[in-house]
Amino acid sequence: MTQAFRIENGGLINRDKKLSFKFNGKTYFGYEGDTLASALLANGVHLVGRSFKYHRPRGFFGAGVDEPYAVVQLFRNGETEPNIKATEQELFEGLEAKSVNCWPSVNFDIGAINNFLKIFLPAGFYYKTFMWPKSFWYRIYEPFIRKAAGLGVASTKHDKERYEHKYEYCDLLIAGSGPSGLAGAYAAAKNGAKVILAEDKPRFGGSLLTSDVNIGNKSGKDWAEGIIAELKTMPNVVVKNRSQIFGYYDHNMLVMSEKVSDHLPSTKKYQPNKRLWYIRAKEVLISSGSIERPIVFGNNDTPGVMLSSAAKEYLKVYGVLVGRKPLVFTNNDSGYETAIEFKKHGVDPVVLDSRKNPDSEIIDEAKNLGINIKNSHVVVAAQGYKKVKSAEIASISKDKKQLGKIENIQCDCICVSGFWTPTIHLASQSGNKTKFKEEIDAFVPGQSKQNEITLGAANGVFSLEETLKTSFTAGGELSKKITENDNEIAIPNVVEKKFSQHDKFWCVPLPKGKNYKRFLDFQNDVAVSDIEIALREGYRSIEHVKRYTTLGMATDQGKTSNLNGLQLVSEIENKVVPAVGHTTFRPPYTPVSIGAIVGREVGKHSKPTRKSPMHSWHEKNNAVFVDAGVWLRPRYYKRGNENLFEGSKREAKNVRTNVGVCDVTTLGKIDIKGPDAAELLNRVYTNAWLKLPVGKARYGVMLREDGIVMDDGTTTRISENHYHMTTTTAQAANVLSHLEYYLQLVWPELNVNVVSTTEQWAGAAIAGPKSRDLLQKLFPNYDLSNEGLPFMGYMEGDLFGVKARIFRISFSGELAYEVNVESDYGNFMWEKIMEVGEEFNIQPYGTEALSTLRIEMGHVAGSELDGRTIPYDNALEGLVSKNKDFIGKRSLLRSAFTAEDRQRIVGVVPLDKKTSIPEGSHLVKDDKAQLPNPKLGHISASCWSVEHDNPFSLAILKDGKNMIGEKLFAMSPLKNKVIPVEIVSSHYVDPKGERVRS
Amino acid sequence: MLYINCPHCGMRSQNEFSYGGDASVKRPELNKEVSDQEWDNFVYNRKSLRGKHLELWQHISGCRQWIKVERDTATHEIFRTFKADEEVA
Ligand SMILES: [Zn+2]
Repeated sequence: MTQAFRIENGGLINRDKKLSFKFNGKTYFGYEGDTLASALLANGVHLVGRSFKYHRPRGFFGAGVDEPYAVVQLFRNGETEPNIKATEQELFEGLEAKSVNCWPSVNFDIGAINNFLKIFLPAGFYYKTFMWPKSFWYRIYEPFIRKAAGLGVASTKHDKERYEHKYEYCDLLIAGSGPSGLAGAYAAAKNGAKVILAEDKPRFGGSLLTSDVNIGNKSGKDWAEGIIAELKTMPNVVVKNRSQIFGYYDHNMLVMSEKVSDHLPSTKKYQPNKRLWYIRAKEVLISSGSIERPIVFGNNDTPGVMLSSAAKEYLKVYGVLVGRKPLVFTNNDSGYETAIEFKKHGVDPVVLDSRKNPDSEIIDEAKNLGINIKNSHVVVAAQGYKKVKSAEIASISKDKKQLGKIENIQCDCICVSGFWTPTIHLASQSGNKTKFKEEIDAFVPGQSKQNEITLGAANGVFSLEETLKTSFTAGGELSKKITENDNEIAIPNVVEKKFSQHDKFWCVPLPKGKNYKRFLDFQNDVAVSDIEIALREGYRSIEHVKRYTTLGMATDQGKTSNLNGLQLVSEIENKVVPAVGHTTFRPPYTPVSIGAIVGREVGKHSKPTRKSPMHSWHEKNNAVFVDAGVWLRPRYYKRGNENLFEGSKREAKNVRTNVGVCDVTTLGKIDIKGPDAAELLNRVYTNAWLKLPVGKARYGVMLREDGIVMDDGTTTRISENHYHMTTTTAQAANVLSHLEYYLQLVWPELNVNVVSTTEQWAGAAIAGPKSRDLLQKLFPNYDLSNEGLPFMGYMEGDLFGVKARIFRISFSGELAYEVNVESDYGNFMWEKIMEVGEEFNIQPYGTEALSTLRIEMGHVAGSELDGRTIPYDNALEGLVSKNKDFIGKRSLLRSAFTAEDRQRIVGVVPLDKKTSIPEGSHLVKDDKAQLPNPKLGHISASCWSVEHDNPFSLAILKDGKNMIGEKLFAMSPLKNKVIPVEIVSSHYVDPKGERVRS
Repeated sequence: MLYINCPHCGMRSQNEFSYGGDASVKRPELNKEVSDQEWDNFVYNRKSLRGKHLELWQHISGCRQWIKVERDTATHEIFRTFKADEEVA
């Protein structure tokens, strides 16, 4: 394949490095420095896709971020990514891309039948059509919309690429490396400010790369290169290409996506694919430039119709001719720059200028070159289906309402220039209220909202001289405020051509008897007629018109279509454009990969994995782990082919008959110290705490101010002014914040300090009838008898030379202890317990057995303390003191909380004593009742009772107190189960609680 | 992302803080008779102001201090910050 449209010389590509690539299965060649778009155009490929709604052929419209057409499915290193703009994707060896939204192929697309039936798809088509009947949704409408919707296809595979996040701070952040960005950066850098200069393209320089200007006796391009080279040597400056600042957030925080590897065949080792920068800048200089806007005419979506600036860029940067018979259609002087560039390369363009008698330096130059210029002329319609073949042109009256006689003119591309739209997205995102600037028919930033300033073309200033002057000054002033340096910069001499006034003209009228589609939004196929329909149907707000017609809602977010849409609405509504207003600019400015937003927080990295000091022992002993919040805890220790049910049953049984040991390190622990510690506990817990002796533990329940149980746990008085509080694993952080809140804000007079010690202690719960015998062997020199260490007692001990805390507390309902040692000795403690426990038939037990033991004892846990229950509901009202005030007490007087038939915890046993009841099942009186079946309660936790050898569940049941002995049904529509059950006491084992005291 | 001046630590990003609601709410004193209405106002009823709002934040990944932040709920502008025990004039 030859690159037939590549000129001999010129451009900024590296002609020494030829690259091969594939598009729709066919192999082509391009050069290093090409984009996929420029390489395809060099090969004469203009048909790249199909439009969203009518599947009309699509080519290239722009040369960069504003591209509405050329989105492709990219294949790189075994991965695929949808909706990549061919105009932004840099070419690399072996690149593969495919067209999107076409089937079976881009050349023959069945969906294009929509094009010929387009009368059926006007604005609001989806809203109007897919309404009734309801039954059609599931079978017909949804599958149709799903098939028709979207452009590319996301990969369903795991993304192998890495993405990074980076936080950065700087004095001055500069968005865009065109003339104003370079001047601002240079002046600020010279004042010693910490500067970040971001450019979304691979090459720095912005418009200077393609404009015919002279700065300080150098070409614009050479001047830009010089500045960049100098900035790169300065230690206080970071210059980043391929980096798009896409969002301006609160308090001068901007986010930038850096494409680190997209231009390479594969990502290098230790490099990310993309890097997301969160930049907190003291000052922001927005130099994002402007985007050329099109003029609307018939069939203006035909491949070969493109922005005149894009044609110039393809020629000057990539050495590619977008056509050999170009027609330039303009309402301002910019079109002439493109025409002159064609002429310089031996191609004869025809210029149609909508103005009557334009006169300027550049027009004279064009005339002198012998370019054919037709004033007061417009393109009425492009002709050709997959590529422009000719154009219907005509003269136009001064009021732009009447067309003259239509002529046909041969051409292979139409380069359009409808003047320039400042890129105000970042300024607008910062909260800046933009204003309409009549002279340029576009919005520009108004009063700065945050610490931002917009300069150059982005601010509607198109004179290079003025741009440089204001930008050097702004860079100097902004940095001076921060660094207090004031280096004078000599502003270089500028040679540029003066432009004459553009024509306030944006849409060519339809000739009589013709009904050409005139498109505003090229990706979403929104035509002039669609906007007309929307307005006729009563849509007035521009935000509603946008959503009804989908104008500006495609992946290009209307960068080339919004203003023309506004002009149309203002014309039909007979309002001025600022009265119509523009739609809100929201981040991101361009699509950002989800991977980049997620960064490294994927899979196991999405949150830290916390492991107890005994983790490796558990691993070596066949523990099957379960996620408990951020912790990994053994669920059960697998023996042979045991499953979870068998293993946990064995472990629980062994606790009831011998002794077991469970890793309880994850329990939250808070150290509480100070003379008012008891007073704090007394206010935080519902029960009394002032008289707890040293060396004693007490179980407590704490409420939120709304009366709902927040957490429970035991707190032990270690010494006079020192307490050790335990919380549930899940609530540990919240409880600490809760205590800090009251100590710092509500009762600052209390002299108490709290600190988390969860990580400082490793904990082992030793439970079962033989636990005392085992403990006595672990601590042979201590009196651990029922008198020496009674239930809820505490003592300090020496575990083979390691300081230990021994608590006689029980969650399992058996005689039980909890031993704590400093975390570093956790494994030592565990191994000693296992070693000494061997003669007592000790077995480790996991969370599943732990649950079984607590459920059949009727001890509440997270599934009952679920943020919806009060103490009474959990049968904990005995712990609610009547004699003192505490957090949340007043709320317990609410009528719902004191109702006679208030919900309460009960036990539930299936009548057949065989069928396990799924957690979450509803309890109902009549399983055949009409839906929705009145719910009396729900199953909060289920287990297999090892004591009774049948299923047992806990439930929170309405009027639970009076329901014991009742027969109900447990229904789980999810599991499709209906189980007849009997309501029993929640204390299914040892209801008098004798074992823990034995 | 907000940039909050912790009176103890200095300027820190919002992701180090957790929000704590209206700072003007006063908890009724312990052991004091409180009417249903007063208690409801304390527990549930908030003004949800548009504009200047004094609110609580905790510097949870920093010094763990609760602080008061005077912020505009519409523009997110932060005017002043205070320590927990500082009187707001
Ligand atoms: Zn702090």
